[in-house]
Amino acid sequence: MSGFLDTYSHLTLTEQAILTLAAMVLVSSFALLAQSRVVATIRLFALQGFLLVVVTALVALDTREYHLFYSAGLTLLLKVWFVPWLLTRQARRLGILRDLDSLLRPGVVLIAAGALVIFCYSVALPIQRFAESITRDAIAISLAVVLLSMLMLITRRKAITQVVGFMSMENGLFFGAVTATQGMPMVVELGVAFDVLIAAVVFGVFFFHIRDSIESLDVDMLNQLTEVDE
Amino acid sequence: MSEFSSTLLTAVSFGLLFAAALASMLVGRRRLWITWLVFPLMGFAGLAALLAAGVVLLGNPGFNGTLPLGLPWLPWHLRMDGLSAFFLALIGIGTITSSLFGPGYVREYLRGPYPLGLLGLMTSLFIIGMQLVVLADDAFFFMIAWELMSVSSYFLVAYQHHQPANRRAAFLYLLMAQIGAVLILLSFGIFASFGGAFTFDAFRAIQLAPIWASVAFGLGLLGFGMKAGMFPVHAWLPEAHPVAPSHISALMSGVMLKVAIYGFVRLTFDLIGTLYWSWGVVLLIVGSVTALFGVLYALMQNDVKRLLAYSSVENIGIIFIGLGLAVLFIGAGYPKLGSLGLIAALYHALSHALFKSLLFLGAGTILQQTHEHDMGKMGGLIRRMPWTALFFLIGCISISALPPFTGFVSEWLTFQTALQATILESGVLRAVVPITAAMLALTGALAATCFVKLYGIVFLGQPRSRRVKHAREGTSGMLWAQGLLAGLCLLFGILGAPTVAILSRVVAGLTGSHVTSATAHGWLWLTPVAPEVASYSGPMVLFGVTLALLAWGAVYLLLCKHRRLKPIQRGPAWGCGFGRLTPNMQYTGTAFVMPIQQIFRPVWRVQEEQQRELSTELRSHPTQLGYQLQIEDITWRWLYQPVMKLIQASARKVGLLQTGNLRHYLTYSFVTLVVLLWLIS
Amino acid sequence: MVDFLNPADWVFVWLQTALFVLLAPLFSGWIKWLKCLLQNRRPPSLLQPYRDLLRLVRKDVLLADNASVLFRGAPYIICGCTVLAASVVPLLILHQPISAMADVIVLVGLFALARFFLALAGMDVGTAFGGMGSSREMTVSALAEPAMLMVVFTLSMVASSTNLSTLVEHGLQQQSVLRPSILFALIALIMVAIAENARIPVDNPATHLELTMIHEAMILEYSGRHLAMMELASQLKLTTYAVLIIDLFFPWGIAQSASAAGLGVAAVAIAVKLSLLGLLLALGETAVAKMRLFKVPTFLAMSFALAMIGMLSFVILESSK
Repeated sequence: MSGFLDTYSHLTLTEQAILTLAAMVLVSSFALLAQSRVVATIRLFALQGFLLVVVTALVALDTREYHLFYSAGLTLLLKVWFVPWLLTRQARRLGILRDLDSLLRPGVVLIAAGALVIFCYSVALPIQRFAESITRDAIAISLAVVLLSMLMLITRRKAITQVVGFMSMENGLFFGAVTATQGMPMVVELGVAFDVLIAAVVFGVFFFHIRDSIESLDVDMLNQLTEVDE
Repeated sequence: MSEFSSTLLTAVSFGLLFAAALASMLVGRRRLWITWLVFPLMGFAGLAALLAAGVVLLGNPGFNGTLPLGLPWLPWHLRMDGLSAFFLALIGIGTITSSLFGPGYVREYLRGPYPLGLLGLMTSLFIIGMQLVVLADDAFFFMIAWELMSVSSYFLVAYQHHQPANRRAAFLYLLMAQIGAVLILLSFGIFASFGGAFTFDAFRAIQLAPIWASVAFGLGLLGFGMKAGMFPVHAWLPEAHPVAPSHISALMSGVMLKVAIYGFVRLTFDLIGTLYWSWGVVLLIVGSVTALFGVLYALMQNDVKRLLAYSSVENIGIIFIGLGLAVLFIGAGYPKLGSLGLIAALYHALSHALFKSLLFLGAGTILQQTHEHDMGKMGGLIRRMPWTALFFLIGCISISALPPFTGFVSEWLTFQTALQATILESGVLRAVVPITAAMLALTGALAATCFVKLYGIVFLGQPRSRRVKHAREGTSGMLWAQGLLAGLCLLFGILGAPTVAILSRVVAGLTGSHVTSATAHGWLWLTPVAPEVASYSGPMVLFGVTLALLAWGAVYLLLCKHRRLKPIQRGPAWGCGFGRLTPNMQYTGTAFVMPIQQIFRPVWRVQEEQQRELSTELRSHPTQLGYQLQIEDITWRWLYQPVMKLIQASARKVGLLQTGNLRHYLTYSFVTLVVLLWLIS
Repeated sequence: MVDFLNPADWVFVWLQTALFVLLAPLFSGWIKWLKCLLQNRRPPSLLQPYRDLLRLVRKDVLLADNASVLFRGAPYIICGCTVLAASVVPLLILHQPISAMADVIVLVGLFALARFFLALAGMDVGTAFGGMGSSREMTVSALAEPAMLMVVFTLSMVASSTNLSTLVEHGLQQQSVLRPSILFALIALIMVAIAENARIPVDNPATHLELTMIHEAMILEYSGRHLAMMELASQLKLTTYAVLIIDLFFPWGIAQSASAAGLGVAAVAIAVKLSLLGLLLALGETAVAKMRLFKVPTFLAMSFALAMIGMLSFVILESSK
């Protein structure tokens, strides 16, 4: 009794590789969520970026949409090299590179993450039925990456890890765009890329300001800035 | 003919039980009556019930009947079908073993302040109640039998009532049993209000609207779940089971919880009939939470019987997982797989009845011999009570779901059913079902840890107190009861295929779908779906284990001559440089599970207290060390206490009516009367 | 479906099992040899484990004063269970009659039974170390076993079977299919195998350092032939896990029927793959330090999470209807 229709094994090897990488992107999201060390978080973010670069290149090969190679190059430059480098440098100058930003209830968060993935899958099911692309299964993954990053934003206390979460959310969107619709128009892509760049720089400036004003990068401390008298 | 024989045997069983009840009332302080009359009568009643059930289980038709008792327009309907027969067999096995065990065990109460006659009477009534529950065929009779079962077991829990803790536990039990009964009554009420009759036949004929069916299912789940020990309404179970006499704990845990499962299966698969897969998801979630929660709390217990009680919660969870799979597959349109899930659940009910009775009887033997509840005072009992140790070991292996014993077969079947989830249409379900299986796997592994702890601390190592050091083996009746159950644990672990064949017939009566593939390859191989998909051969595994034991025997014989010349040397174990080993150097139960306590910490409410007094001369040398650990059930804090507060607050509000003034009370009566008259008019 | 009661088939089963048992000390000797070379030490002979076992068997048994029957029976049961488990895993040929006896879940159950007795034997004498080892072993296994079963579930969902031979056959048919689920299952299984066999970074098989040991703490009180059996069982367990990983993920070359040529190819293939796997293990054990005991649950939780993601990626990516 064969339980399911084995359509998967009839895909081409490139398509299988794309899906495998998609799963690895998901794993990197889980790892980002579970990782508590600042430096490791940044490295994982770079790794996720690298996986995205490979996926993009493979999709470009598979669909012969060669403009995607530009996107891949841009991603490589920005998310694998520049942003991690910038974040590492800032963290080092702030002296928090080796700090821990541990989760309060890692077990609960990971269970919630698992549930989120299943939820994304059920949400994405109707979309997949209408999509034409062979890599449509990746939509659920991209949605999951976005939501997991948001979960990371919620559960983290340090500004710097939150920034990584924010960037990773953008990774999820980018991944969805590449796999489902063969990339966004070049103009949009460039714009987003510059946004990321500017955001990274602006966040960097903010880190120093936050630290100067409240002497910590713990965002929970920002509560003290409230103007309401208790 | 066979129909007649099952009817006759059932009647004989009831007759013997009534005789036992009668004899108990006359027993007074005469000990011989209890040993030689009441318990044997109960034992033969159990045997008759088992035979009656066996006749039906082997494929003969059951019986229908009405008793001209009760209210004139509501005769009591009796019916024996496959499902009733299966559970009647469980009751029979439990009755036989507990009446074998009883005579030796109750010697403890001879000189105590508690009347033995009461124990015999209530035990007989309890068994009568359980047997009637599984035979009842109308809602009215069912509820009477159910109440008989609940109330008589209340007296059994409260038997040693001089200790306030026991009275409290018994009251909690009675309270929750009554709430559960009300919920079941409401569930039946839905049927009765649509059908207008109280017989189960009429209930079966009704097609409830989905919303009403769901309400009936929910009420039934909660009501029967309360009796079965489902999370979070299990609170009475770890309180009541430890305080009852041990052979009664064995009956309650091994058999009565199964009667609750019977009620739930009867309600869901037979009376409601049309199943929805969403109920299956609910059951899966409830089941896995119950199982995981039960085993985690069992791990933390240091009272032997309390540990066993929490482990019952775990096993009920596993049964609910099986039932959930059954409902889910049937609801999704795969009745064959649904039947497989139901078979797995029933098989686990059987397994649990066997090994949990065995373990409670073993715990009773230990309790009687050592007068200790606390594992922290035990140790080394394998040398004092070798037979009990052997049987208890078999119980521990079975409950940890290890081959070749019975617990493994039932969990294996559950896994196999869960793995068929790839067939389901809905992707979400395909993901949820294997995750449940993973929870089950975690539960199984934790259960093994729990029972290594139990066995290792109680039976192995060195005795931790004087009384334990001088413990003796129980009486032969007590050993026979345990040996019988241990043998059955092995038997049902090996004869998986024939048992599944019988269960398949039972289940086919409910779902209408036979699982013929499971036993298509003879009694040696169990193949739930197809041979190339999965197969398990208990006999072969047993053969392997026997070979290993034979190898031991061969080595032993070979070395016999050598040994005569030069016996095996024994020496003291190394005491780490502190001289000889002392019992205090051993790991305690708390220490054993400390790593797990650290990992799953948020599950419990843990209160730790460390005391450390340092010597005045040498600051680094402690003179006194103390460690106190309290594990509290979180459901008390999050569910029961808020509910209690709410009830108390509302009671206080209602209490305002009680002014103490006679004229006010007269006014209430007057107003009530007027309002009622107005309503009638 | 094969004929279960054909005596000729059973001869193969016995031969294969015997080969397995004979191979086990060699495999662990090979890993030790490689580790010594990698760590700039002079390696012992590859046959040293055999010599050790023989020496232990010849020695007399010394029991603790209060050792019980369970303590004396446990080595036989543990060794027996492990041999039984090994006999189920296809080494050279598929579709042995014994593979119908036990599927992968039973395999996990057999290992669990062996571990159950191992942990009890550790507690029997009542030393502090024994209890400590048992407690840790059960904790590790309580987390490793579900991860292992999760891997098994993923694989059996892919192949629609829990039967080992069918699983391997499915792997042979789909050699060129790259599945994310299988990839994650492989990583998770390797992590579980490391934990279950008490290898670095979870436990160090070469240490008797009291505060870090797990497996060794339980067998401290054993001597003579009992110890020999315990050692053989743990070597056999390691080999079984190695062969299991090879069978499930790299099955190329395994014989599907009992022909001389097929068997020859299978023997060469399994020898090459085992030595490579041993090399990887030795490299890993040399490069990685043992982790703190409190980190082990995290390690195992990771393997569980990986196995679960593997299962989810099968459901999401590979099995859409």
